Amino acid sequence: MNSQGLGSYFNFSTVDWGNMLSSTWETIWLTLVSMIVVAILGIALGLLLFETTNSQNPLAKLLNWVVALFVNVFRSIPFIILIVLLLPITQKLVGTIIGPRAALPSLIISAAPFYARMVELAFHELDHGVVEAAESMGATRWQIIRKVLLPESMPALVSGITVTTISLIGYTAMAGAIGAGGLGNLAYQDGFQSNNNAITLVATVIIVIIVFIFQFIGDFAVKHIDKRAN
Amino acid sequence: MIEFKDVTKTFDSKQGSVHAVQDVNLKIEDGHIYGIVGYSGAGKSTLIRMLNGLETPTSGAVNIDGVEISALTGAALREQRHKIGMIFQHFNLLWSRTVLENIMFPLEIAGNNKADAKKKAEHLAELVGLTGRETAYPSELSGGQKQRVGIARALANDPQILLSDEATSALDPQTTDEVLDLLLDINKKLNLTIVLITHEMHVIRKIADHVAVMEDGKIVEQGPVLEVFKRPKQAVTKRFVNEEVTPSLNETTAVVGQLLEKYPKGTIVQLTFHGDQAQLPIVSEMLKQYTLDLNIIEGAIHQTQEGAIGSLYIQISGDQDQLDGALAYLQKMRVETEVLNRE
Repeated sequence: MNSQGLGSYFNFSTVDWGNMLSSTWETIWLTLVSMIVVAILGIALGLLLFETTNSQNPLAKLLNWVVALFVNVFRSIPFIILIVLLLPITQKLVGTIIGPRAALPSLIISAAPFYARMVELAFHELDHGVVEAAESMGATRWQIIRKVLLPESMPALVSGITVTTISLIGYTAMAGAIGAGGLGNLAYQDGFQSNNNAITLVATVIIVIIVFIFQFIGDFAVKHIDKRAN
Repeated sequence: MIEFKDVTKTFDSKQGSVHAVQDVNLKIEDGHIYGIVGYSGAGKSTLIRMLNGLETPTSGAVNIDGVEISALTGAALREQRHKIGMIFQHFNLLWSRTVLENIMFPLEIAGNNKADAKKKAEHLAELVGLTGRETAYPSELSGGQKQRVGIARALANDPQILLSDEATSALDPQTTDEVLDLLLDINKKLNLTIVLITHEMHVIRKIADHVAVMEDGKIVEQGPVLEVFKRPKQAVTKRFVNEEVTPSLNETTAVVGQLLEKYPKGTIVQLTFHGDQAQLPIVSEMLKQYTLDLNIIEGAIHQTQEGAIGSLYIQISGDQDQLDGALAYLQKMRVETEVLNRE
């Protein structure tokens, strides 16, 4: 119980930089892997929601209902509770409940429905006339998805995945606190539990930098893709 | 040839059924430019969308060259759609694609390879006057240029029919004329059947050879454009024709009102000339034969695809027998006359 003063924040000699670096990589790895899976799963789910909305087909209606329920339920569960809830499933799926890989299922299950809703919204905001033009040319549903829906809503899809990824970074830190590794884990164990405020501060600064980098890349990509106005 | 046979379309909603199209029978010959005119809600949009299966009739049949398009579904319908181009009021271009890529879009859909599609698209861009703008994005184009892309795109799969859904309604008058000239040019060059819907009589006059007038889902009048212009039978047709012949009818009505007040004794007559009559000195001949004072209030002459149509508002005053003689003379010369202040 020493070094509780404000000066303790800047006692950098106590920081294990090697540990810090490997934790940073763990956070980035966790973020990137879950981002990729969330992007794929979210677009697939969002597309499914979009395509089954307003459908007359009873099977499509059922599918829409099931997917919407899944999305709404998992979007509502606070992340910290979701991790605990999913522990047995994680054990079964990954074989462990400790370490970065163990955090993946809960990260993905919590973020994919969130992103799926954004994807659905992005498709709904498209000008329906463009879809109709493609229909009038004899496009199949799949051609419309591939050549109209996805490219035309790309800026919204990219800015959506940027927002989702940034909240994923927050989630990785939370997952870290209960043993998933990464900067969250470091800040909690070596920083909070060992009363080493310098470690907490450095971990925080690195997380902020990671968030800034993802935001910058996302904004840059959107600007590059969006040809609607100059 | 396009044929609508007893076509009816009813939309059911919670407020009850809406008869968007009712008992429509229509034949459109190959190579014609057929205009369908009507105010919004008349059902013309629903009607034209049946030609490429975007809407299906509740009853009746829509045939194109003997194929009942209203009965096609799935792959057969998509195959047929490749052969029917469509242009839209709001262009409906893909903003994520360049001009050339937009024109290539229907070719990709029809399964052409990229190299062929590109070649074809370059040729079409030239045809519609977009040379040099191939790499521009739609956001960088003017309205007229966007519609040119729309037209090139609609022509990509060598259609036999081009559908135009209010294609010039979002454009200014000059650009409208440019786009209409382009459509006329294409119609002649490619012998393309064009079916267009519009609420602007100007569009009909400028390029259509045949016209159908729609009101409340029904076709109330149809025929060659000049014919319908000459002798409009239905009130709605008269409204359209008047709108076109005297674009400032409201102003004219105000002037007529003033003149009626100012010269209570004068007679105000609206004269309508058709075709060759518009070129004859009928009014000056009338003045030579009858002793009258004449005051011109407003006049206009419009060219249609089949001849000129003119409209003239005049005030004449003089002795009653001279007046009656002059009106009889005009009728003899087959000028349509309408006396405005004799109730």
